[in-house]
Amino acid sequence: MAMITFKINRYNPDDEKRGHFVQEYQIDVPKGYTLLDCLNDIKWKLDGTLTYRRSCRSGICGSCAMTINGVNNLACETQVLGLNCSTVTVEPLRGYPVVKDLAVSLDPIVRGLLAVKPYLMTKTPPPTDQERLQSPEEREKLDGLYECILCGSCTSSCPSFWADKEYIGPHALLKAYRFVADSRDECPGEHLEPIDDKHGLWRCHTIFNCVEACPKDLNPTKAIAELKKELIRGKLG
Amino acid sequence: MTLKDPEAIHDVEGVGIHSVHRHDVVIIGAGLAGMRAAVEASGEFDVAVISKVFPTRSHSGGAQGGIAASLANEEEDHWEWHMFDTIKGSDYLGDQDAIEILVKEAPTVVREFEHFGCPFSRTPEGRIAQRKFGGHTKDFGKGGPVLRACYAVDRTGHALLHTLYEICIRNEVRFYSEFQAMSLIVRDGVCRGVVAWDIVNGGMHVFHAKTVMFGTGGYGKVFKITSNAMANTGDGLSLVLKAGLPLEDMEFVQFHPTGLYLQGILVSEAVRGEGGYLINGKGERFMEKYAPSKMELAPRDLVSRSIQTEINEGRGINGEAYVHVDIRHLGEEKIMKQLPQIHELAWKFMHIDCIKEPIPIQPTGHYSMGGIPTNIDGEVLFDGKNTPVKGFYAAGECACVSVHGGNRLGTNSLLEASLFGRRCGKSIIRFLRENRDWPELPADSAKGALDEVEWLLNTDGTEKVGEIRDDLQVLMTNKCGIFRDRATLEELTGDLKKLEERYENIKIDDKSEKFNSDLLEASELGHMIEFCELIVAGALSREESRGAHSRTDFPKRDDEKWLKHTLAWKKGEEIRFDYKPVTITRFQPQERKY
Repeated sequence: MAMITFKINRYNPDDEKRGHFVQEYQIDVPKGYTLLDCLNDIKWKLDGTLTYRRSCRSGICGSCAMTINGVNNLACETQVLGLNCSTVTVEPLRGYPVVKDLAVSLDPIVRGLLAVKPYLMTKTPPPTDQERLQSPEEREKLDGLYECILCGSCTSSCPSFWADKEYIGPHALLKAYRFVADSRDECPGEHLEPIDDKHGLWRCHTIFNCVEACPKDLNPTKAIAELKKELIRGKLG
Repeated sequence: MTLKDPEAIHDVEGVGIHSVHRHDVVIIGAGLAGMRAAVEASGEFDVAVISKVFPTRSHSGGAQGGIAASLANEEEDHWEWHMFDTIKGSDYLGDQDAIEILVKEAPTVVREFEHFGCPFSRTPEGRIAQRKFGGHTKDFGKGGPVLRACYAVDRTGHALLHTLYEICIRNEVRFYSEFQAMSLIVRDGVCRGVVAWDIVNGGMHVFHAKTVMFGTGGYGKVFKITSNAMANTGDGLSLVLKAGLPLEDMEFVQFHPTGLYLQGILVSEAVRGEGGYLINGKGERFMEKYAPSKMELAPRDLVSRSIQTEINEGRGINGEAYVHVDIRHLGEEKIMKQLPQIHELAWKFMHIDCIKEPIPIQPTGHYSMGGIPTNIDGEVLFDGKNTPVKGFYAAGECACVSVHGGNRLGTNSLLEASLFGRRCGKSIIRFLRENRDWPELPADSAKGALDEVEWLLNTDGTEKVGEIRDDLQVLMTNKCGIFRDRATLEELTGDLKKLEERYENIKIDDKSEKFNSDLLEASELGHMIEFCELIVAGALSREESRGAHSRTDFPKRDDEKWLKHTLAWKKGEEIRFDYKPVTITRFQPQERKY
């Protein structure tokens, strides 16, 4: 148990005059408490107006990504005493418009996702009463890709996205590669064509922030490198 | 019959003209049931999905271990075996006509998911991989556990949910993301739409629809220790009750045997399917006392009761309220390949490396077997029996068709949600082909919802929502949990009345309209108190022990009196019960032993 001060970035869209400000809350934090537990304690006991997204509290739904002591992470997976500091700063994910307090607009995340045609595309009909076959080795190529929870941490951490709000972002490119890498997808060009663009793949400058930001330990930069190889191979071949 | 002006948007009192929307199909809930129905119907009709969370945040994504289907990819299996297991698992309360559909259509539904792109794990031959799960057996229970759960590592729900979202995008399904359903418009036995609150921008919206489907999920958040997401507050059930419709078998609540100690977070049954042991404080594999033949792979109700008995009798670890699930003997390679998410969860939430240490677990509130009564085509039943509400459908955890009866087998929920979601989609298509007219939208459709928000924003009491909710969760866990008895349930009935009174005296802090989660949490708490009264009343009246409903004062199953489904209505303070028979086709009730 330790007394921790939370410095939380706040913004109420109905109070434009006040704009963004930092509010401090102090609570006793027991061992095992996650940041989400702390936010809930603050909301339920001290200040019901504090606003943030949350749902599964087990790191699978992707709702509660935020910037914690300057680093993007899921609130529900962050052990507060594990941060080893008496003051914790909590901000909304950078780069996205803030809706209220810690909740940001999901529009940029959806827009990037839609751009890459994020679904399996085939030309041949599936076999009757059978699955399409895929070897364990082919399936393994999807590991590190299919686990994405669309929390938005990666794109929020990307300086290229800060500079170019039309950049579709590492989360969308990771999704594109999830289909390009899938042995069952018969139309990789359909996923590649829309990202062969200055707001697409070529906007990535391999800064690797997305890799550090991903709470699921995925590697969008590697996926982007693979996509670049695919595109160049297509152009040369 | 033709409407005078079929394209006219109706005026609804208190709601702006731009906030009245029309769609052929309006689906509430973007989990497996809702999105599977959307995929089905979107080929032919205009489909909108309303969800209080962004679609991929739905709690279907929390499912881990698998989805059942007798594909026989790994070893011999038959739908008849799956049928027997599901019926026996249900403690003979499941309706066998619905169960037969479930097990027969399962292979098609699972293969369709594969065709949609779901990244299932694979056998060496490239087929969908399958693993063992509790209660799923060979040869009508006479053989050992069977490889039936089709899986994507230990993130099966996540893989299925994202796949459906992707196909919805492909099919151009219209999403109203972050809209919270506030009321259901049913008049004269005809469903006409729903009213929902725009969470991000604030404001009430009316969705005028020819058909409405509920895939609104479960209500695990009424318990203190639960595997469920914070969104799982059972809103759909309360909306149905308020529309004057009944709920079925609400007394049957599943407690999953393995939740992380004190957190309740799900530790997949796959840990036992892959060979994990349950160990008590004396170092014993205690399941040999309770289920000598199936051991850790007995069904969930039995395993949860066994764990709770060990804890209650002082054989928890160090005498505390937990036991261990131990997978160390599986070895690092298998754990990291088959159970990586479990490894991650144990590490992040308990600081336990499950390769080297056993995981502390306790039973956790998990799943509702009961819900909105439907027939096998997903049509919601007005009287709970034969008469459908015109244009209203439900599937998934919020519905009760009933395939799970008194206790659901692991991996049958992902199956039931997607399979009956798909069936809803198909019956919606049939309905819309024959019913092209719009039902009339009453001008006062939004009144109830507007009044509720107005009251919540202005009520000036002294009680805090968080405190009442916390009390509700503790009371439901302690008094209506794994073991129940008359005295405690009667006490709880009084406790709930007091909570209801306290709820009348709440005050919320946030008075704004935009992203007001304070307001919505208050509304959700109202819903939870509403249907908890039904759970408790159902548990009190059912004087027997069947499946997950275990009465210490009536420890035996009583087929003579209770081989029937409970139907319950709520009108004001009054709860009215009726009953309907269980459909029995192939398998007569027998004693249930594992």
